[in-house]
Amino acid sequence: MNDWPLLSLTTFLPLLGALFILTIRGETEVVARNARNVALLTSIATFVVSLFILAKFNGASPDFQLKETALWFPGTTIAYSMGVDGISVWFVLLSTFLCPICILAAFGSVEKRVKEYMVAFMILETMMIGMFCALDLVLFYIFFEAVLIPMFIIIGVWGGARRVYAAFKFFLYTLLGSVLMLVAMLAMYFDAHTTDIPSLMAHSFPFKMQLWLWLAFFASFAVKVPMWPVHTWLPDAHVEAPTGGSVILAGVLLKMGAYGFIRFSIPMLPDASVYFTPLIYTLSIVAVIYTSLVALVQEDMKKLIAYSSVAHMGYVTIGIFSMTTQGVEGAVFQMLSHGIVASALFLCVGVIYDRMHTREIARYGGLASRMPIYAAVFMLFTMASVGLPGTAGFVGEFLVLMGVFQVNTWVAFFAATGLVLGCTYMLYLYRRVVFGRLTREDLKGILDMTPREIAVFAPLIVMTIWMGVAPGTFLEPMHASVTKLISNYELARAAHDGLTLAAR
Amino acid sequence: MIKTLDLVPVLPEIFLAVAGLALLMLGVFRKEDSTKSVSVLVILALGAAMVLVSSLGGDRLVAFNGLFVADRFASFAKGLVLVASAIATAMSLPYLEREKIGRFEYPVLVLFATLGMMMMISANDFIALYLGLELQSLSLYVLAAYNRDNARATEAGLKYFVLGSLASGMLLYGISLLYGFAGSTSFETLANLFSGGHEHPVKPNMGVIAGLVFVLAGLCFKVSAVPFHMWAPDVYEGAPTPVTSFFAVAPKIAALCLMVRVMTGPFADLVEQWRQVVTFVAIGSMFVGAFAAVVQTNIKRLMAYSSIGHVGFVLVGIAAGSTLGIQGVLIYLAIYLFMNVGTFAVILSMRQKGRMVEGIDDLAGLSKTHPMMAFVMAVLMFSMAGVPPLAGFWGKFYVFMAAVEAGQFTLAIIGLLSSVVSAYYYLRIIKVMYFDEPVEAFDKPVGTSMSLVMAVSTIVILAFTLIPAPLVTSAKAAAQVLFPAAG
Repeated sequence: MNDWPLLSLTTFLPLLGALFILTIRGETEVVARNARNVALLTSIATFVVSLFILAKFNGASPDFQLKETALWFPGTTIAYSMGVDGISVWFVLLSTFLCPICILAAFGSVEKRVKEYMVAFMILETMMIGMFCALDLVLFYIFFEAVLIPMFIIIGVWGGARRVYAAFKFFLYTLLGSVLMLVAMLAMYFDAHTTDIPSLMAHSFPFKMQLWLWLAFFASFAVKVPMWPVHTWLPDAHVEAPTGGSVILAGVLLKMGAYGFIRFSIPMLPDASVYFTPLIYTLSIVAVIYTSLVALVQEDMKKLIAYSSVAHMGYVTIGIFSMTTQGVEGAVFQMLSHGIVASALFLCVGVIYDRMHTREIARYGGLASRMPIYAAVFMLFTMASVGLPGTAGFVGEFLVLMGVFQVNTWVAFFAATGLVLGCTYMLYLYRRVVFGRLTREDLKGILDMTPREIAVFAPLIVMTIWMGVAPGTFLEPMHASVTKLISNYELARAAHDGLTLAAR
Repeated sequence: MIKTLDLVPVLPEIFLAVAGLALLMLGVFRKEDSTKSVSVLVILALGAAMVLVSSLGGDRLVAFNGLFVADRFASFAKGLVLVASAIATAMSLPYLEREKIGRFEYPVLVLFATLGMMMMISANDFIALYLGLELQSLSLYVLAAYNRDNARATEAGLKYFVLGSLASGMLLYGISLLYGFAGSTSFETLANLFSGGHEHPVKPNMGVIAGLVFVLAGLCFKVSAVPFHMWAPDVYEGAPTPVTSFFAVAPKIAALCLMVRVMTGPFADLVEQWRQVVTFVAIGSMFVGAFAAVVQTNIKRLMAYSSIGHVGFVLVGIAAGSTLGIQGVLIYLAIYLFMNVGTFAVILSMRQKGRMVEGIDDLAGLSKTHPMMAFVMAVLMFSMAGVPPLAGFWGKFYVFMAAVEAGQFTLAIIGLLSSVVSAYYYLRIIKVMYFDEPVEAFDKPVGTSMSLVMAVSTIVILAFTLIPAPLVTSAKAAAQVLFPAAG
């Protein structure tokens, strides 16, 4: 399968599955069972196909690989153009890895309108993978925006009590940011006369224009990351979304913003990125410290983890804008590990939510005695979340801090305080839920994890430890791409400095 | 002076006129109720006119001493109008029969209105323009009040007539001012005079600009652009629903194409004068379309505000005044056509126990009672909101691309922000259908013609992103004929 269009195959395989699920007819029970199975099989098949991408990917080369191009809109340069580099290939894999897990997790928790749920989920997977593969500005935008449709439906139909509010907030917040990005993309097209992402990276925009473009992109990506102060949609969306929705939201959707910074803001607008780095640092530090403190006082488990996501994404943005190899690699690694760990934490919440139908921390306590396996699993991911060495969480945070320390020690200092705060709220959560005495009557009959649930967690556990013990597996292939990103960026900076010097 | 009367370019119009008269006689002389047969024949006549239009080819042909022009732009616009009219006629028939207001004049009136629209699109002189516009408007006034025993419908018809006559008056006054200050009503002569190519060039003086503004005001009324939009919600709500579905599409497309023709033809060199007016009208329409629709509870009123908003987006493309802008306008209109007929097919299927309902809340839980209809409506609403990958996004994409190309960043940003506001009410419909519990199911079955229209429009909206080339290239070819200098 040398010349198979692997990326398109991975992207559109879930869509095919969705179409197949749509054709299922019959009694509700049968339809639900078939829809579940088809969705699970399709997503596993997609994951297997995506492994071929990794196998064919040459980590030593910094270029975009497995490229596919087809004419699309005559009269413009807009083309269907796909390809991955050492950074995006990991996000493709993260998406394909998490989707089967989400679908498996939905087996027990989504009971009504199963068929529609699976269709929405499959469409969502297509859009996510397509977004990370897109090598055309407009194609990227299409996928980036199209994610909103299935997510809106997933939150709105299968969500909790305030789902309508959360779904609208999620949709409109993101759309508002994105339309500004669209204007910026159009302006870039008329300046560079291309929508091809690699060509745009080579094009240098005038400095004045860069500033506006950067702000427009920032409007979109900051909402998606989310950065303080535009993060408020996230806790609402997370709390109301069904477990699978939360997992994808935390695992993949949050990465889209940071991926945008790496793909667009830094390589295409390097001068503006330098200009705005203090802004990013400030907002990120506020995010790390403020949202950690907010997380500390949450009563709702999902909300607590949602705020912790904002804090963790703060590290990511700090790492990206440190513009050092360690910093950027750390940021990408942190995104991957957060994708696994936060997803696992949401699944942990899902496990007890399915049993007790409440996420209120105070309603739990002393689960360790009744649910030993659950307590161990939850413990592992809590530790990974606070960045214990040997787990996935440590590597990313450490690299980010190391990267940013070389650039700005104060930023490193404030970011490091977040580590302490992170420990505080996570351990506090763990203690209240799992330790203590089991006093509540209704908790006394609670059952430990079923084999299906263990199957859901097993791959996540393996990945968490693998990433913590042998981070090289993941860092090696991205090294060439990150080095190229940094060196191109420094070249552009040098050219700009030369120009400003000459102008004097 | 006149050698031979070359009627070839006017063949589709002549055919429709003859067909209309013949069908009128058929209706009168046949004793029994002939609504159905006349409707079918009208649809066939519209189809035949379509064939005639496309058989003209793409060359620029002029008839009646330069009063009438047929070119690629006209063919494209006429194609859209004919499709819209044919679909509207097909969708009306079941409604008319059910409500027992079926009379054979209805399809014939649609036919004459369509004829007027085609005359408008091909007008190459202000007098020809006025002729076409009035033929269209008079047919529409009657259609609005067609349900003559219904107080609301007659009120709508009267309102439309009074305000429409006022707008026609303004248009005529503008034309007379232009004639007074420039000395001609011919588009070509006027273009020549304003461009300075004529031996006695006319500078854009106060009189010309006043005339231009009056003409624009008259046209803005016809497309229900702010600040001349007030009639639209009342007429949309009051008129029988099939008439509303006709109003929302074909006349809008025709009047917007007419506006394109006027702005890029005689006034091509006055672009600095009219661009600010069009920009203002565009911003106003987008804003009113977005904000006023948020509080609506009646779906027909909502569609009225929605169409005001869409007209605003189309005007963004016109304000750019470039090939790309006009291409965007044509793409937008083609997509708008399918989005609207699909939506109205759903609205026309909103019946409970044999009675039409029009509340947005009546759609509650549609995803459970009519999953397919809810899916169609959801696709159309997301498309109208401009969410990719649906076709509605590309319409907006092209017009805003033109705005950015013309350097109108403020207009582009304001427009896109208002599209976020309008996304709210489109989402609200989806919310009602998908998130709320059903109250009472709509009557089944919805009928073949409705199902067909829904299916076709949904497929077009979904498939455009996959196969955009045919529409994009033909729209570009159509737009290019308006800018001969640019090649």
